[in-house]
Amino acid sequence: MKVLVAVKRVIDYNVKIRVKADNTGVETANVKFSMNPFDEIAVEEAVRLKEAGKATEIVVVSIGPATAQETLRTALAMGADRGVLVQTDEEIQPLAVAKLLKAVVDKEQPGLVILGKQAIDDDSNQTGQMLAALLGWSQGTFASKVAIGDGSIEVTREVDGGLETVSLKMPAIVTTDLRLNEPRYASLPNIMKAKKKPIDTMAPADLGVDVAPRLVTLKVEEPAKRKAGIKVGDIAALVDKLKNEAKVI
Amino acid sequence: MSVLVLAEHEAGQLKASTLNTVTAAKALDADVHVLVAGSGIAAVAQAAAAVEGVAKVLTADAAQFEHHLAEPLAALLVELAKGYAAVLAPATSTGKNVLPRVAALLDVAQISDITAVVSADTFVRPIYAGNALATVQSKDALKVITVRTTAFEAAAASGGSAPVEAVVVPADPAVSSFVSQQLSKSERPELTSARIIISGGRGMQSGENFHLLEKVADKLGAAVGASRAAVDAGFVPNDLQVGQTGKIVAPELYIAVGISGAIQHLAGMKDSKVIVAINKDEEAPIFQVADYGLVADLFKALPELAAELDK
Ligand SMILES: Cc1cc2nc3c(=O)[nH]c(=O)nc-3n(C[C@H](O)[C@H](O)[C@H](O)COP(=O)(O)OP(=O)(O)OC[C@H]3O[C@@H](n4cnc5c(N)ncnc54)[C@H](O)[C@@H]3O)c2cc1C
Ligand SMILES: Nc1ncnc2c1ncn2[C@@H]1O[C@H](COP(=O)(O)O)[C@@H](O)[C@H]1O
Repeated sequence: MKVLVAVKRVIDYNVKIRVKADNTGVETANVKFSMNPFDEIAVEEAVRLKEAGKATEIVVVSIGPATAQETLRTALAMGADRGVLVQTDEEIQPLAVAKLLKAVVDKEQPGLVILGKQAIDDDSNQTGQMLAALLGWSQGTFASKVAIGDGSIEVTREVDGGLETVSLKMPAIVTTDLRLNEPRYASLPNIMKAKKKPIDTMAPADLGVDVAPRLVTLKVEEPAKRKAGIKVGDIAALVDKLKNEAKVI
Repeated sequence: MSVLVLAEHEAGQLKASTLNTVTAAKALDADVHVLVAGSGIAAVAQAAAAVEGVAKVLTADAAQFEHHLAEPLAALLVELAKGYAAVLAPATSTGKNVLPRVAALLDVAQISDITAVVSADTFVRPIYAGNALATVQSKDALKVITVRTTAFEAAAASGGSAPVEAVVVPADPAVSSFVSQQLSKSERPELTSARIIISGGRGMQSGENFHLLEKVADKLGAAVGASRAAVDAGFVPNDLQVGQTGKIVAPELYIAVGISGAIQHLAGMKDSKVIVAINKDEEAPIFQVADYGLVADLFKALPELAAELDK
């Protein structure tokens, strides 16, 4: 079975982001980028499936600028076999990402597509569900456990009330939650090997997809800042403040 | 044109998140309809009909909706959506699972986790873990929206008397099925609607030590939450995680114990009215957002807090 994994290049989760002075977006110059953390988990899961003999080939796909090559290389160093870069400098929103991924899926015919549950830049949490819709496939979102059976896949999902297990007919879409696995670090030899793995580059137009945004960002602002309060000396002082000043208990 | 809200319910009860979503829907249009899909949902439909400001309740009562699976629910919503200007659901694990599927089937964008309605086509939503707020305008004729419930007041649960109408149930796509669930049981209030929350982090050191927190929670009638580190370490179950990728909460009082205050955690609780931090490291970033900070060892502070609340 071929497994396809979608990986997005995002501002690193450790970066303290800054809103641009003209309120058009956030500062991206001289900022560290890396693979969306949920996508690292997605790649790791695919590699484990291959190691377990359940997957035969892992194709990683990224949509974004030329620099998204680096993200694909990271995935290749973790153990993916080849990459597809849909290269564009335009803003690509989740519906368009899903349409592009569908076009790649139509060509590649994987049995399973794994995505992150959420990109930590736009915090949309949409693309996997949208791709499942466009393909007419089943979806197992927010996965904390995946077990491949015969023609079906069991996915344990992190839901608001606890955990839920569903069985999906294959082919299927899975989106990863934080506790699915702990992604490996690529070893130096694997990073060297990844340099030789193929990456196929194409443009959205080559896939015949209209990627025009449906949402226009009118402005991006900084949220109201909370100001630090006071330090209290002991528990008695704390309880007194909560009772008599904040009046919350 | 009317707007449709997907009701959230469990065990025959309409969930509070539906009430917040109705308020968001009312900001789009006064004619708010609520869809209750499930199996054996008469009581929930009655509860929805009683919500203030609801003009009509639609019911879809069929076995395929029992477990809120995304595929059959989306198939239903796609049929119904055509008559509406907008479809809204709370940004819960069900809403987030289903609405993007609906939007893609209708070839429209989905707008996630809105915190304000500027006008019928313009919304505010947090991005980058809430470190920026984007105002976005939708160019689609139909808006498919998930709502951050903490950003909207709850509509009154009584005062309405909407008519209830059954809808035609489309065929089940039958590509997925429910196997089992492990729901956490708790006598305490639910995290997302609790008035007071006390959360523990890695500093708690073990699941057993959460009893120290629970003692305080019981005295305050509080819900218990956790940081990702505490969940990852297995101290508590996943549904207690507060943060960018866990639950978003905004109680009157949030007490963070042994939590450093990473941006991903702050993303889930920084809109709380009053924040208290108990941490032994005076440099911990959590103190930068805390109204009241106590630099102390939690193993000493928590029993003291429990005792002080008894006074
Ligand atoms: C993609 C992504 C998503 C994430 N999503 C979330 C999320 O939704 N929610 C979330 O919480 N995190 C999330 N995180 C993780 C986040 O970055 C932090 O790692 C996490 O919040 C740290 O948890 P903590 O504060 O409990 O642990 P730590 O950062 O280890 O802090 C422990 C604190 O306890 C204090 N302490 C230790 N012992 C004591 C004692 N005896 N008495 C008093 N204080 C003590 C220490 O001084 C320290 O400040 C996410 C990370 C990523 C990459
Ligand atoms: N530009 C992109 N390129 C590749 N994968 C993406 C892209 N955008 C989103 N994805 C995938 O979709 C997931 C969810 O993203 P989102 O819906 O934007 O929160 C991510 O974790 C990725 O797996």
